[in-house]
Amino acid sequence: MSTTHKSLFSRVDAITFLLYLTLVIVGLLAVFSVEHRTADPIIMMNKAYMKQVMFFGIALFLGLIIILTDSKFFSNISFLSYTGGLFLLFITIFLGVDVKGSRSWLGVGSFRFQPGEVCKIFTALALAKFISLPETNFKTTKHRLVGVAIALVPAVLIVLQKETGLALVYFCFFLVMYREGLPNSILVIGFSLIALVLATLLIDRHILFIILTVLAIVVGFITRDTLKRHLMAWIMLVGIWAACMLFSQLAVPFAFKHVLQAHQIDRIFSTIGQQVPEEYQRKLEDGEEKKGNSSDYNVIQSKIAIGSGGFAGKGYLNGTSTKNEFVPEQKTDFIFCAIGEQFGFLGSLGLISLYVLLMLRIIYLAERQRSPFSRIYAYCVACILFFHFAVNISMTIGLAPVIGITLPFLSYGGSSLLAFSILIFILLRLDMDRQMLIR
Amino acid sequence: MPNAANPRQFIVRFIFIGIAAVILVRLLFLQLFESKYKIMANDITIYKKIVYPPRGVIYDRKGKVMLYNQVVYDLMVTPNTVPKTFDTAQFCNALGISREAYIKTFQKVRIRNGGMRQSVFMEELNPEQTARFQENNYLFTGYDLIQRYIRTYPNPTAGIALGYIGEVSPEMLKNDRYATYQQGDYTGMNGLERSYEEVLRGQRGTYFLERDNFNRPRDPYKKGMLDTPAVAGRSLQLYMDAELQAYAEKLMTNKIGSVVAIDPKTGGILALVSSPTYDPNLLRGRDRSKNYAALYRDATHPLYNHATQASYQPGSTIKPMTGLVALDVGAITPSFGLACYGSYNGCGRPIACEHHDAGHAANFRLALAHSCNSYFSHIFRLTVDDKDFKGVKNGLQKWHDYFYNFGYGHRTGIDIPFEGTGLLPDSTYYNKRYHGVWNSCTIVFVGMGQGELALTPLQMANGMCIIANKGFYYTPHFVKSIDSNSKDPALKDYLVKHKVTNITDSTYSVIQQAMQDVVESGTAAGAKIAGINICAKTGTVENKAIVNGEVVKMPNHSMFVAFAPRENPRIAIAVSVENAGFGATWAAPIASLLIEKYLKDSVAVARKAVEDKMYNAHLINHNVYLIDSAQRLHYATVYNERVAHKKYTDSIMRAEATAMAAQWFRENLKKKPRAK
Repeated sequence: MSTTHKSLFSRVDAITFLLYLTLVIVGLLAVFSVEHRTADPIIMMNKAYMKQVMFFGIALFLGLIIILTDSKFFSNISFLSYTGGLFLLFITIFLGVDVKGSRSWLGVGSFRFQPGEVCKIFTALALAKFISLPETNFKTTKHRLVGVAIALVPAVLIVLQKETGLALVYFCFFLVMYREGLPNSILVIGFSLIALVLATLLIDRHILFIILTVLAIVVGFITRDTLKRHLMAWIMLVGIWAACMLFSQLAVPFAFKHVLQAHQIDRIFSTIGQQVPEEYQRKLEDGEEKKGNSSDYNVIQSKIAIGSGGFAGKGYLNGTSTKNEFVPEQKTDFIFCAIGEQFGFLGSLGLISLYVLLMLRIIYLAERQRSPFSRIYAYCVACILFFHFAVNISMTIGLAPVIGITLPFLSYGGSSLLAFSILIFILLRLDMDRQMLIR
Repeated sequence: MPNAANPRQFIVRFIFIGIAAVILVRLLFLQLFESKYKIMANDITIYKKIVYPPRGVIYDRKGKVMLYNQVVYDLMVTPNTVPKTFDTAQFCNALGISREAYIKTFQKVRIRNGGMRQSVFMEELNPEQTARFQENNYLFTGYDLIQRYIRTYPNPTAGIALGYIGEVSPEMLKNDRYATYQQGDYTGMNGLERSYEEVLRGQRGTYFLERDNFNRPRDPYKKGMLDTPAVAGRSLQLYMDAELQAYAEKLMTNKIGSVVAIDPKTGGILALVSSPTYDPNLLRGRDRSKNYAALYRDATHPLYNHATQASYQPGSTIKPMTGLVALDVGAITPSFGLACYGSYNGCGRPIACEHHDAGHAANFRLALAHSCNSYFSHIFRLTVDDKDFKGVKNGLQKWHDYFYNFGYGHRTGIDIPFEGTGLLPDSTYYNKRYHGVWNSCTIVFVGMGQGELALTPLQMANGMCIIANKGFYYTPHFVKSIDSNSKDPALKDYLVKHKVTNITDSTYSVIQQAMQDVVESGTAAGAKIAGINICAKTGTVENKAIVNGEVVKMPNHSMFVAFAPRENPRIAIAVSVENAGFGATWAAPIASLLIEKYLKDSVAVARKAVEDKMYNAHLINHNVYLIDSAQRLHYATVYNERVAHKKYTDSIMRAEATAMAAQWFRENLKKKPRAK
């Protein structure tokens, strides 16, 4: 399969591009259905869907430029862009515009953009570059730590902007690093941690203490022969037990009491369907009692909208909940409601299938790359998409806490659409030169 | 660098697909297995809008509007759309309100209904306010005028017949009759508005609209598939002559009493006055309850229907009927005469008669023309004691049956609510009253209309119809046609011809002749109209009342019944004026003027003097106020006693409950201290 003889555009992976186009168009239709009123004309420049069309145009234009750019360019500028991105994130902490309590937006006149969104691209490039460097040996702890640092430094900066949701996205790079050689235990530890967090939230602290201790004793009893022979095993067991204890008995209560903000505690508990325990409840600044879980409203309305869609949905432009502004953040974070309500389970299934197909296709593209840089970058794209997709849809149906991250390609918003488009177009550009070794 | 099949790529794929599957399972439950979200979605998003159709219009017999829907404007405001730069001064100026009042109302509206919803700022703007507002409409962003209809009576007449509408009360909603109503609906409360509610009301329209998160209605739900359109109420045409009605009301000013005029051929009511009257426009719109209370408190009871609810002893006006029955059962013949010298002595205590000359009751014609009490007392006794009936108890029962057929002693079935029955005594009644020991002398006064017999003016007028028609009547009613259809099912009861026992035409002729004599040469000579043969009978009814705890003889009720013309009766009329005096003095001229007005369209110039006398007469007895006060005082006392008793029993119950609660707390609180 000789690619060099073919024309430039015919080397673009058609399937990925078509999936991308389909998703953006579905997104446009969804935003339109949310905003359109029967009496209005279709073309109204002040409406979000028209802006989204404009952003789409810009995205395609950028895509064209990216396709026409040399593929080595992306590899070469990766560290530079990453540094620039970090700088942007850093100055945003101080210069950011206050939007709904977070300072993650940079504003120039009426133009605003969110460096956190764009920085995902730079991080992906930088991570790919670092891991693919010939001198990097990802089996050494030192290099692994550097990789983790590349992924998490932007996250820390974004947390400082009080945009925790977006910061969480950067954890998806662990999945990439796992693919590139982080030990298996990272998955085990990851899932164990999630289980431990859930247990800590759901089960009373004192009972959990007993359960964990009993569990440790049982494990100790089963592995008693090993324990007798190896001191390390003893230390491991006691260490894990102590870590769990430390986490559930001290760290979590401390985090809830002193680190997390009231609305975050709210969201976490409303996701697992629990009332905020008394010990974690806080008085508001002016001493007023708080009125119950505020993010509950979003989730309830969102569930009503999606749930009322039924099997085949209410039909396009007939979504009574979405059309009439019952769901807050309808156009952006909760755009999935529009699909769920108007097209029902069938539509949701279709949309989810589109995403899964796109992600699997990207993995497929990743695995056929000759250069590790391209492969790792492709994995980054797939994982970022996956995290956004999974968390966003989960939060609309009450499976995850409401953290403000967008649904790729569908949510209204220039930063988000452009960032994801650029991610995809760079991937397509790299894939065009998949036989080359890009360093 | 062939990195052949790194196994971890499959783990990553597995994680992608796994999480997607989890989401799909959750969606499956959310969208397919849990139905509550559909219900919740409908609850929050669908808004049911009720559209009230205009109520039916009521016309008089000549097509003149008597009751219609007037357009009024309510001023609506959507608080949040009122700009910050709003010109409050000009707005207040246009409405004629103060700045303080404006701010107060605005805040009230905003708090009650929220900033995004349109709600009423001011109800029923007067024409001046409407005009001034519309002139500067463009300045008042956020404000809108909304049209609404209110029932309006172009002439301030016939209030008691037309009735009025009012909001359905929560108690009424519990009643089956109001099953299709909801809170806030209006319904006919009295008169024709109540009787023909179903006809006038029309059909409420229901529209389903989607609403948004601020509760503002938006597009039609499901493109209007579930909507039902509003159907306007149907119109009524009455037999009533608006001019005659107004004239009758004018003649009855400052008098307590009634006028009932019926077209004998159809039973259609030409005029129905219950005096004192009230302006029906008082009982509509914003001031309804205030005005209602004032009318309710009035000592002369303008809200009480003196024409259909009140019953009077008929006095001499019953004599044609007494004669009719006596002739029909064969107790007397038309030539039967009685030598009366000013009193009837057949039953011990003499019964006084107005006339003393010997010949005034020489035959039936003369006796009726002169209204001889002795004669009619006697023939009543002859009737009930007739040997065919074998005893007075059977005799009275027979007489009762005749009178029952004349429409007495029961509701005629007129098409306005709350009709009275009057009182028609039968043997059972007297058996109970006199413990079975009575004879024709005990009840002799009934024959001359002063006994236990009591009739509503409507029944009296209906009796005239029977004599005018020689033996039949139609149930008196107002409505001629519904939407020009005189055979509407709602009117079927009024198309039935009621035949009164088989009394021969010749008997009726005798009565009619005698009644004509009443006007030609008898007691009601003043009622005579040139060129019209009127048959009539006067009545002067003695009555008593309790004033300041004593039984006082009050001035006589003035009664008059008539029909005309004799040959082709077109109007039957009954007039009663309470505590006025002789029937011939007050009731007769009023009836006569009305007959003339109806039959000739205008009253002769020569009778202007009579007319003026009637207009200006003030015949409300001062004792009416004393009686009313005493009665209300009595009611108040009874009410207060009841309230005091209830308070007393309530306090005892409360004390018992408190004691029980205290006991419970003593027993339970010691064991288990209350959680903090």
